[in-house]
Amino acid sequence: MPDKLKLAYFLSGGCGGCDMAIIDLSETLIDLLLHLEVVFWVPTITDTKYKDLEAIPDRFIDLGLYSGMVRLQEHEYIAKMMRRKCKVLVAYGACAALGGIPGLGNMHTREEILKTAYFDTSSTDNPEGLTPQTRCVVSGKYELTLPEFYGHVRTLQDVVDVDYFIGGCPPHHSFVRQAIPVLLFEKLPAPGSWITSGKAVCDVCDRNPVKKGEERQLIREIKRTLEGAPDEGKCLLQEGYLCLGPVTQGDCGSLCPKVNIPCMGCGGPIPGVRDFGLRAISAIAGLLSSEELVDQIPSPVKYFYRYSLPASMLRKKLGKV
Amino acid sequence: MRVWVPNIVVFACNWCTYQGADLAGSLRYSYPPSIKIIRVPCSGRIEPEFIVTALKTGADGVFIGGCHPGECHHKEGNYKAVLRFNLLKRVLKMMGVETGRLRLEWISGSDGKRFADIMTEFDKAVQKLGPNPLRSDVNA
Amino acid sequence: MKKVALKKIEISPMTRLSGQGKITVFLDEQGNVDNVFFQTVELRGYERFLQGLPIEEVPRTVSTICGVCRCVHFTAAVKAADAVYQVNPSPTARKIRELVLNSHYVEDHAAVLYALGFPDFIVGPTANPAARNLIGLIQAIGSETGKLVLKRRYTAVKVIEMLAGRPIHPVAALPGGWSKTVSEEERKEILELSNEMVELGQLTLKLFEDFVLKNKDYIELITGDVYRVVVNYMGTVDEKNRVQYYDGTQRIIDAQGNEIGRFSGKGYLDYIAERVLPWSYLKMPYLKNLGWKGVVDGPETSLYSVGPLARLNVADGMDTPLAQEAYEKMFAAFGTKPVHSVLAYHWARAIELLNAAEKVRFLASDESITHPDVRVELGAPGEGVGIIEACRGTLIHHYKTDGNGFVQEANLVVATTHNQGPVNVAVRRAAEHFIKNGKVDEGILNGIEMAYRPYDLCLPCATHVLPGQLPIQVDVYDYEGKLYKSLRNH
Ligand code: SF4
Ligand code: SF4
Ligand code: SF4
Ligand code: FES
Repeated sequence: MPDKLKLAYFLSGGCGGCDMAIIDLSETLIDLLLHLEVVFWVPTITDTKYKDLEAIPDRFIDLGLYSGMVRLQEHEYIAKMMRRKCKVLVAYGACAALGGIPGLGNMHTREEILKTAYFDTSSTDNPEGLTPQTRCVVSGKYELTLPEFYGHVRTLQDVVDVDYFIGGCPPHHSFVRQAIPVLLFEKLPAPGSWITSGKAVCDVCDRNPVKKGEERQLIREIKRTLEGAPDEGKCLLQEGYLCLGPVTQGDCGSLCPKVNIPCMGCGGPIPGVRDFGLRAISAIAGLLSSEELVDQIPSPVKYFYRYSLPASMLRKKLGKV
Repeated sequence: MRVWVPNIVVFACNWCTYQGADLAGSLRYSYPPSIKIIRVPCSGRIEPEFIVTALKTGADGVFIGGCHPGECHHKEGNYKAVLRFNLLKRVLKMMGVETGRLRLEWISGSDGKRFADIMTEFDKAVQKLGPNPLRSDVNA
Repeated sequence: MKKVALKKIEISPMTRLSGQGKITVFLDEQGNVDNVFFQTVELRGYERFLQGLPIEEVPRTVSTICGVCRCVHFTAAVKAADAVYQVNPSPTARKIRELVLNSHYVEDHAAVLYALGFPDFIVGPTANPAARNLIGLIQAIGSETGKLVLKRRYTAVKVIEMLAGRPIHPVAALPGGWSKTVSEEERKEILELSNEMVELGQLTLKLFEDFVLKNKDYIELITGDVYRVVVNYMGTVDEKNRVQYYDGTQRIIDAQGNEIGRFSGKGYLDYIAERVLPWSYLKMPYLKNLGWKGVVDGPETSLYSVGPLARLNVADGMDTPLAQEAYEKMFAAFGTKPVHSVLAYHWARAIELLNAAEKVRFLASDESITHPDVRVELGAPGEGVGIIEACRGTLIHHYKTDGNGFVQEANLVVATTHNQGPVNVAVRRAAEHFIKNGKVDEGILNGIEMAYRPYDLCLPCATHVLPGQLPIQVDVYDYEGKLYKSLRNH
C-alpha cells in the first residue's frame, strides 16, 4: 500500500470557522483521517511543534490548507514555510483567498482602530489615557513587550504563490467534502484556479427568474433586509434587496437566499473576475431603473467588498494605514 | 526638477466621442497631449474594472465619453454607463480617491470643439490634483 | 533596562505560531515566582469598522469575530438591533433564536469538551502531548464511540443551518425578528434530532464521571488549591434564578455567594468598566462599584469571571430536569457554593450541554414555533444593547446608530475579556505552585496550560484571536537578564 497522503492545516488571522467547517464533516472526517496523515493542524487540533514543522523536508506535504488572512509577521512567516513544505497550497476560505471580513479593517488607519478600542468605547476605563505599548515597564521592575499592531490585512496570494483558492466564509462542509478528495486524488486544474463548481449563486438559486423562463426585471427600489418580507420564491434582487448572487460562486448551494437573505458574496468572484466588488458594482448598477437609486445603496464599500477588500485593486483606503 | 505631466485616459465611444475627438483633430482644435484615447464600442462596455485598472496603472484622470441620452447605438449602454460610473464614484470616494479624477460626458460626433474644451478643462483639473496616489508605483 | 534582581520567564502561548498571547513570569532572587503577566498581543478592530454599516447587517458581519463561537456574536448583535429599533422580537422569532443558540451550545460545548477538555483527562494530563488531542482521544474512546459523538454533535449543526441559513456564521436574523419561518416538517425533524442531542449530553456526563470523577488523582486536582481562583461571578438567570443563555437578567455574586448586583441592557455600564493596560491589547474588566484593585483574587477582589462555572455559581439551578439533577450532584460533590475550582468549568460545561439539549427538545416540542409571525413593526432607530450568555460567558454588544440605523458607535465586551483578570490569577497560582527555587522543567508547561484551558479562552473573540491547545514557550532568564533555560511545548 502506498504511503498515506499527507495533510497540513494552518489557521492564521482567521476566526476558526474554517476549521469548524472541517470538524462539521463529522463522521466523514474520521473516515478521511484513515486515509490521511495529518502532519499538523495548528493550532486547533494537533499539538505539533513549531520546530517539527521547520524540520519537515521541502515539498513533503501533499496538501496544505491555509485559512485566515495575513496580518502579523508570523502569519507571513508561516505562509512562506507552508509554501516550501507543501506540494499543493490552498487558500482555504474567504479570509485566505480574499482577505475576508477582517479585511474591512483596511478602511481605517491603525490610529483610528486604536482610538476606538482604547478611548471611544463606552465601557472603557482609561484614566491615564494609555494605549498598549510595544515595550513597557510595570511597577518600575517588570519589563513586558508586545508586538506592533498592524492595521493592514493582506491575502495569502499577497505573500506567496497560491495553487488553488476555495471561497466561502467558511466553505460549506458539503463542498469541503467534495473539494478535499479532488485536491488529493484527482487531476488538478491549472495552478491559480479556484476550486469551484463554476456556477454562480444565481445558477443554483431556486428564485432565479431566468430559470423559470421569465426575464430579469430592473430594480425599482432599494430595500434593506429589514424592510418588508420578500415574496416567497421571487428573486430578491429584483425586489430591491441587494443580492450579490449574480457575481458570486455558488458552491454553497445558495444558502442565504434560501432563508430570504441576499447573498453577501462570501463564495468569492465567479470565474474570470479579477475584482469582486467592481464586478458587483457593474452588475448591480446595470440593473437599476433610475439614477437616484445609486445614492440609496447603503455603505457601498462595506457592502460590495464585505469579504474581499484586501484582494481588490483598491486594497485599502488611500493616504492612510 | 522635472515637470510633472498628468496622464489622462479617455474611454471614448466609437459612435460619438471618438468621432468628436477626430473632428477636433481635423478642425485643429487643440487639446492637451496628456490625453490618451481608447476607443470602445459603446460606453456601456466600460467596466468599473477598466477604470480602476487605468488608475492603478498610471492614469491620473479617467474620462468617459458616450452618446447623448437616447442616441446610444446599443439602446441603453450610456444609461448603464452613468449608473455604474456614479456608483463607482461613491466607492472610490470612500476609499480616498479624489472624484475630480473621474468625469463622464456625452459628446456627439459633431462636437469637436466641445471635446477639445472639455479635455483642456479636465487636464487642468487633474493637474491641480497632482499625481494619482492610487498608481501602484505610489501605493505599493 | 534598569537591572533588577528578577529572572524573567516568557511564555508565548495562544495560537501557537502566530503569538496572539503570551505569559511572562518574573522570578525573585530565590527563584520563586514574583509576578506573572498574561498578555494578549493582537487586536482586530471590529468596533471601528462596524461603523457605517446598517445595523441589520451587523449580526451577519460581526459573527466572524469567532467561528468557533459561531452563533453568539450574531445573537448578541441581533438582540442589540432589537433594542436599537425599540422592539421586542415576535414570540416566534424569539423561540427560533433561542433554539438556534441552544443548538450552538450543544455543538460547541461538545467540541470544547472532546477536542480540548477531555484529552487532558481521558488521554491523561501527563500523556505525550502529541496524543493529547482530538485524534488521540478518538483512539482512546474508540473510533466507534468517536463517530457516535461526532454524529450526535452534528445534529446540532444541522439544526443551525436549517433555521439560520448557514451552519457557521448564521444569517437569518433581522431586528425584531427572523427572516425565515419554521415548517411543521422542520419542527418534527428538529424534535427527533433533539433526542440525539440529549443522548449526547448524557453520554458526555457519563464519560466525565467514568474517566474523571472515578479517578482519585483527578478529583484531587479538581478540588485542590493549585487551580483555585477566588473571584466574583457573573451570569444570566431567569426570574427563578435559573441558568439562562438567550435572555434574562445579569446577576453578580461575590466570592461568598452573596448577590452584589443585577442589571440588564445598558445597565452594564453601571457595573462593568474595562481598564486599559499598557501591557496587553486586551482590556481588563472589573466591577465598577468595587473599584479597580489590580490583578488579585480573594474576598476583596473586584475581578469577576464568567462562563459555565460562573453561570452555575450565580444561579440557584437549571431549568430542565436532567440538568438540574446533574447540577445538584456537582455542588453536592464540592459541598460549597460558589465553587472556585477552575477545573470545575469542564464539569459545568458538560451539565450545560445536557441542559441546552433538553431546551432544544422543549422548544421543538412546542408547535407554536411554526407560527408565521416572525417579523414586527420597527420603531425609530437609536441606541441598543444586546446581552446573551455565549458558551464562554456573558457577551455584551452595544451600538449607537444614526436616524437611518447606521452604526455610529460599537462597543463589544466578550467572555474572554471578562475572564482576563481571573486567568491572570489562575496562571500566576499555577506558576507559583510549579516553579520553586529556580526549578523549571517541562512538567510546568502542562500544569500552567491546565490553569487557563478550562476558561476555554477564546482569543478570536477577545481580540475582536483561537481557542485550542495553546502553545507555550518558557524562556527563563536569570536575575541579570541572561537566558538560563528555554522550554517550549510547540
Ligand atoms: S473565511 Fe470566514 S470562517 Fe473562515 S476564517 Fe475567515 S472569517 Fe472565519
Ligand atoms: S439575485 Fe439572489 S435571489 Fe435572485 S436569483 Fe440570484 S441569488 Fe437568487
Ligand atoms: S449565498 Fe452568498 S453569502 Fe450566502 S453562503 Fe452562499 S456565497 Fe456566501
Ligand atoms: S453607442 Fe455610444 S454610448 Fe452606447
